[in-house]
Amino acid sequence: MLHKTIVRAPEWEIVIGLEVHTQLSTSSKIFSGASTAFGAEPNTQADAVSIALPGVLPVLNKGAVERAIKFGLAVGAHIAPHSVFARKNYFYPDLPKGYQISQFDLPVVGKGQITIQIPSTDSEQGYEKVVRITRAHLEEDAGKSLHEDFHGMTGIDLNRAGTPLLEIVSEPDMRSAAEAVAYAKTLHSLVRWIGICDGNMQEGSFRCDANVSVRRPGTPLGTRREIKNLNSFKFMQQAIDYEVQWQIETLENGGTIQQATVLFDPDKGETRMMRTKEEAHDYRYFPDPDLLPLEIPPQLIEEMRELLPELPDAMRARFIKECGLSAYDAAVLTSDWNTANYFECVAKYSLKDGESLDNADFKLCANWVINEVAAKMNQEGLASWRFGVSDNTLGRILQRIREGIINAKTAKDLFMEFWDIARNSGYQQFGGSPRLVDQLIDERGLTQVSDSGAIEALVDEIIAANADKVAEYRSGKDKLFGFFVGLAMKASKGKANPVQMNDILKHKLGG
Amino acid sequence: MLNSSLRQLGSVLRAKKISSVELTQMYLDRIATLNSELNAYITVNPEASLAQAREADAVLAQGKGQALTGIPIAQKDIFCAKGWRTTCGSKMLHNFVSPYDAHVISQFNNTGAVNLGKTNMDEFAMGSSNETSHYGAVKNPWDTARVPGGSSGGSAAAVAARLCAAATGTDTGGSIRQPAALCGISGLKPTYGVVSRYGMIAFASSLDQAGPMARSAEDLALLLNTMAGFDERDSTSLQCEPEDYARDLDKPLNGLRIGLPREFFAEGLSSDVGLAVGTAIAEYKKLGASVVDISLPNSRLSIPVYYVLAPAEASSNLSRFDGVRYGYRAPEYTDLADMYEKSRAQGFGAEVKRRIMIGTYVLSHGYYDAYYLQAQKIRRLIAQDFVEAFKQCDIIMGPTSPTTAFNLGEKGDDPVQMYLSDIYTIAVNLAGLPGMSIPAGFGANNMPVGLQIIGTYFAEAQMLNVAHQYQLATDWHSRAPQNIKL
Repeated sequence: MLHKTIVRAPEWEIVIGLEVHTQLSTSSKIFSGASTAFGAEPNTQADAVSIALPGVLPVLNKGAVERAIKFGLAVGAHIAPHSVFARKNYFYPDLPKGYQISQFDLPVVGKGQITIQIPSTDSEQGYEKVVRITRAHLEEDAGKSLHEDFHGMTGIDLNRAGTPLLEIVSEPDMRSAAEAVAYAKTLHSLVRWIGICDGNMQEGSFRCDANVSVRRPGTPLGTRREIKNLNSFKFMQQAIDYEVQWQIETLENGGTIQQATVLFDPDKGETRMMRTKEEAHDYRYFPDPDLLPLEIPPQLIEEMRELLPELPDAMRARFIKECGLSAYDAAVLTSDWNTANYFECVAKYSLKDGESLDNADFKLCANWVINEVAAKMNQEGLASWRFGVSDNTLGRILQRIREGIINAKTAKDLFMEFWDIARNSGYQQFGGSPRLVDQLIDERGLTQVSDSGAIEALVDEIIAANADKVAEYRSGKDKLFGFFVGLAMKASKGKANPVQMNDILKHKLGG
Repeated sequence: MLNSSLRQLGSVLRAKKISSVELTQMYLDRIATLNSELNAYITVNPEASLAQAREADAVLAQGKGQALTGIPIAQKDIFCAKGWRTTCGSKMLHNFVSPYDAHVISQFNNTGAVNLGKTNMDEFAMGSSNETSHYGAVKNPWDTARVPGGSSGGSAAAVAARLCAAATGTDTGGSIRQPAALCGISGLKPTYGVVSRYGMIAFASSLDQAGPMARSAEDLALLLNTMAGFDERDSTSLQCEPEDYARDLDKPLNGLRIGLPREFFAEGLSSDVGLAVGTAIAEYKKLGASVVDISLPNSRLSIPVYYVLAPAEASSNLSRFDGVRYGYRAPEYTDLADMYEKSRAQGFGAEVKRRIMIGTYVLSHGYYDAYYLQAQKIRRLIAQDFVEAFKQCDIIMGPTSPTTAFNLGEKGDDPVQMYLSDIYTIAVNLAGLPGMSIPAGFGANNMPVGLQIIGTYFAEAQMLNVAHQYQLATDWHSRAPQNIKL
């Protein structure tokens, strides 16, 4: 009987390597001009090449190569000046040519590495780890077999056949499901960050296979089993946990692990055997004679390097070092490019007139982006680029806080009001605008009261009207301070400068 | 009219002395009469051909005719032609009507030539006698008990029997040159990459090359002008400046150095072929050429290398014929694997299956290095032999085939004997060089002998010049089979 929850077995070391298929975001296929758009009627995007009519030939899409180069540069990998497309031969109805064009012994991207952040858990402190990338190669996707709705027959949809993929292979460097998930998430963020893949996991744009084995620490690698087609991080965690537990129990019960390919069944939470090594195909790889070797000139690599945005690692380090953010805030903000860019723009727009960026209140901006904006988007289930309030609008709100014109409460009310406008438009437009911020402050008289005379008068009235509570406070009931703050803020219609008001209240109550 | 050159036909068409419809109908009538005996065509489509002829006549009427406008050309059934059944000689594609045009077909269409029909061929171009065609063997017009050669045997027989003005072929190991030799016509395999392979059903992609088949070198030049040219749909198509392949036809041959590879005049060459080729070389000396003894030491390995590499590529190229999307599917099967097995077992003939099995074997795990990789290395050595040879000579000559046309059924049971028929042609494909065959007299039983001319890369215009000068001095190329009525 297997346990659903993983039991930590320190006498076993878990070894995981990942193969990730990322769909490259080209508008046409890797070897033909057919569209790659998702969701079209079956076979409406299957041209002569996708169907593999007799006599048709592949022509390489340069956009796919450029995206592969960008990835290689982003993981510090060697870009092969000379790589080769090979045929991987096997029969399957959704593989129209009877072979897949892939890369075998000479891939376009060589060894690289990425740094991953493993988050803290209840029992363990978060940490950082470097995972080595073995290689990444270009290949074409297969079509889809549709087993439903055909009365015992199989339908074939070749719309996806020929969609460009970059298969990214890691070294077996991960030591837990949490590390594997952190690696996959980092990779997922990176490919979107550099704009080579839309990362849509529901549509299959980012698919993971996990090679899992266990061993006694210090001994050679154990026999691995490959879990195929993990298309969510949650399933990846569950599948690896289950697989590890199964392998450990098998070995502890005196059994052996057979090299095999397995599938994860999310309904049962189990992995099940697809085929063993003996049943594996002999793919008969050989260089595709229809395609010339892929020669990448140094200029193209340099062009791609110029197009690369600042990478997440570098940006995270900069946020910590130059903006004074905590490691946590920096990691959250750099979890995707849109968020990071939004944060930087907000900081820029929050500057007072003539102020230099060095003097920005990055902490204030980070708090707003993380606690208000990101929280709101999470809550609404919005894609990372669907901001309800634009960066310049939020920047203006924060600018007015920093100038002492409005207080935090007013700022939040405005922000929420704007966000609702965006929501009501179905996020087709931003809520509010920098102009509207100032217009509403003006029209509604939201300017915070920083006139100490006015605040003192207001506080005096409250003290006079609440003599009994004042007496209680003065006899030592400190907790009543909040009660007075509330009354005072209410009396100022929420506009009092809270710092000033606190000072005055403390002073007067102290009597 | 039947013996007119393409240049003459073009002139009379442009002068409106005859219409393309009349010319096309004349050939269609001949096909209707003679094809049952020769089996040179798999498919004729008079309606489609005549429609094209009417269009050509309209263009000619406007005075906009080009060199080949209105001229009926037979197309090897390996080229996909829109709306035409395209079988590649196989049962596998017995019902395949192509929805698109091959590059070669559209080049002819664009110039206003008429597609006269699809010619018979060895199944998937695998064969040297045309006996592997699912649609029956082609008969040699010089002696209908004999083979026309292969795989472009239908095109060769059609040209020889005047069932078309000219034809196209493809050549993977000799499939243009060997049937041209055996049928007494002229055929040219260009440098690999000169003619786009787009829409030409692949046999061995790194060796396949399309080329013209006609009655004279001059005709070949006009055809190649239409067929050649860069095509971005074929990644192996060469980006060269367009050239006029007829530009050098009239150059004298003074000072031409002809290399004679001693390996091509050794054991295995039948004496009648050797004699005819020797006589042709003597004629060249009269035309001002000199002869150099050269060696192609690795050419003896051509056949073993070819029968590793070509089947390897073929085994993969033919995987798409699986009964799933088009072509033959077995009428009854139990499951997916059974459907594949039965469809391919029933749809492919014996020679194709033999080569798929050889190819699958040489690519399989544990054998790849010993066969495929080793063969690739020797392929480079074979190409290097030619580079060395061309330092000593301008052009290489020899026999196209070791024998004249053999009898139907004679080599059917012995694939290796059949493979040896291409012993002089295969090295040229392995090296990617241009090669041609022109008629050079007759051997035993009055069957035609072919002289092979091999040039260096992109030497097509020079080779056509060399062939044309010989054809000005001799009349072998204008002889017609006696038993075919003209």
